[in-house]
Amino acid sequence: MGTLKALMGWIDDRFPVTANWKAHMSEYYAPKNFNFWYFFGSLALLILVMQIVTGIFLTMHYKPDASQAFASVEYIMRDVPWGWLIRYMHSTGASLFFIVIYLHMFRGLIYGSYRKPRELLWLFGMLIYLCLMAEAFFGYLLPWGQMSYWGAQVIVNLFGAVPFIGPDLSLWIRGDYVVSDATLNRFFAFHVIAVPLVLLGLVAAHLLALHEVGSNNPDGVEIKKKKDPKTGIPLDGIPFYPYYVVKDLVGVVVFLMIFSAIVFFGPEVGGYFLEHNNFLPADPLKTPLHIAPVWYFTPFYSILRSVPPLFDSQFPGVLAMGASTLIFFLLPWLDRGKVKSIRYRGSLYKGWLAIFVVSFLVLGYLGTEPTNLWGQFGAWLGGAERATVIARVFTVLYFLFFLLMPWYTKIDKTKPEPERVTS
Amino acid sequence: MRKLLIALLFTPLAVFAAEEAALEPSNIDPHDAVSIQRGARTFVNYCLNCHSAVSMRYNRLTDLGLTEQQIKDNLLFASEKVGDTMTIAASRKDQKQWFGAEPPDLSVIARAKGADYLYAYLRGFYRDEQRPTGWNNTVFPNVGMPHALWQLQGVQVMKTETEVEEGHKVERHKLELEHPGTLTKLEYDRVTRDLVNFLSYMAEPDKTKRSQIGVIVLLFLLFLLVPVWMLKKEYWKEVH
Repeated sequence: MGTLKALMGWIDDRFPVTANWKAHMSEYYAPKNFNFWYFFGSLALLILVMQIVTGIFLTMHYKPDASQAFASVEYIMRDVPWGWLIRYMHSTGASLFFIVIYLHMFRGLIYGSYRKPRELLWLFGMLIYLCLMAEAFFGYLLPWGQMSYWGAQVIVNLFGAVPFIGPDLSLWIRGDYVVSDATLNRFFAFHVIAVPLVLLGLVAAHLLALHEVGSNNPDGVEIKKKKDPKTGIPLDGIPFYPYYVVKDLVGVVVFLMIFSAIVFFGPEVGGYFLEHNNFLPADPLKTPLHIAPVWYFTPFYSILRSVPPLFDSQFPGVLAMGASTLIFFLLPWLDRGKVKSIRYRGSLYKGWLAIFVVSFLVLGYLGTEPTNLWGQFGAWLGGAERATVIARVFTVLYFLFFLLMPWYTKIDKTKPEPERVTS
Repeated sequence: MRKLLIALLFTPLAVFAAEEAALEPSNIDPHDAVSIQRGARTFVNYCLNCHSAVSMRYNRLTDLGLTEQQIKDNLLFASEKVGDTMTIAASRKDQKQWFGAEPPDLSVIARAKGADYLYAYLRGFYRDEQRPTGWNNTVFPNVGMPHALWQLQGVQVMKTETEVEEGHKVERHKLELEHPGTLTKLEYDRVTRDLVNFLSYMAEPDKTKRSQIGVIVLLFLLFLLVPVWMLKKEYWKEVH
């Protein structure tokens, strides 16, 4: 025991292992009233690690070459020992990453976790989300199936709608006049090194910001306001280690059960996680009838499609799609409510949040389907496509949730916040 | 609110189910190794001349209980080795000229199209003099491929009947067997079902193993949940 202590002392004199362990684990005080919604931060970290590890093994066998990419994925699925497992873990992990991140962000919405003093924490989180979208987009080209190819073609062409520089911009991104081997190679570079590096840096910043200001909680009250006068420890705080480590372990096992059920029993999830058409090799001469992005992009894709072109330019749609993700950055300054948590908010906020959730889900569903899904309205509406009109309505509602927020959060009838956290 | 969300979540599934009901179910049994073996023989004899399956190795069929010697004797041509993948001699360029389109590689075709589609496709060929090959297909209109199994199935023709129903003229299309083949309808259905079973197996050879391992993994996690849950309970006893 003495030698071990001496060894730790020797290390601590040179590198602050113990100090960091205390600062971030054993003496990081988190509110004791975390509920279900607080599992998703640590789960996102778990998935990040899984994606990196499975990604490394996939990289050992995958060939980023337009003539070999598709076959090399099938080689992984058949000839690489346990290759199918590694590949399915990676593809399932991608979709579950988005589910977990969306739930994590929703937690931020309902408990006001983006509010002062956590604005930077929220901004880092949003940057992580943008990186994640880029990472998913670049990665989706790599299997070189029909949906990989045409999805990338559509998204890169969006940049072509930018006035003046558009066509040159999309040419620059592709490195060719169409999506080709050059595109595949650079997307591979972005997917396996550039974006992950940025992502890891941002995750570190996100955690540092969190541990600086401390975690929010379902009551939205600051536990640092009530401290034990003797120890200086928040009265409602408990050390992250061991309490939340053992609690998160339960979440991890339950998550792994859901994850394994998908990986082992239905990794395609009915064509939502792995699209059927992506089992056809990319063919630049055959445009699929219906091109849909993977489900996690479809709310934004719906918004893009629903905005009508202006002067023959799709740019307004592209702008709207960009705005629909970037507008989250403004949340800390749009919300002017007296309380943070939904528990003490009034019916106005709750109503608008419900409208937002429904809009997000409906837009997400419509984005997976062709716009003629529900046929057309009669002549009284000019024969407009029903699904397009409905997508437009929900696009407007989606944006109104944000744009009206300063108004409805201010006049909302809130309940008083408690002094201390409730259970 | 919650009910509404649940309803919204499940509508897409309901819509899909309605659309795909049009195809007759193939009723393949992925655990029936003998059926897959028969399908493999049909595949090698009838499909593998024009279509390749570049991701599939012949000796992978040992999964189905065949020995390497059996595979060599029954499924290989003299020049191939048992560890080779199922490639073909014809060049893509020639094929494009012969058929107007390159016959697709069939390694993962069952994952792209689904077993029911393939089952309908293989039974849906009919005579059509308008087409360069003389063949058309009910689920793949104006298909480039001629009916490779016509000697087995015989020749089907498309009959169009016009009926008057509630004052409207309704056109009904129906396939009819004009010349019988060497197999009865029942036998031909079985041959195509076996072939589709093989195509599905080939699209993901590890599929049955995957779900077997999945059961073990889930059981392990279920047992792991018990001590993890107790550990949490034990620590959190002191938190008030």
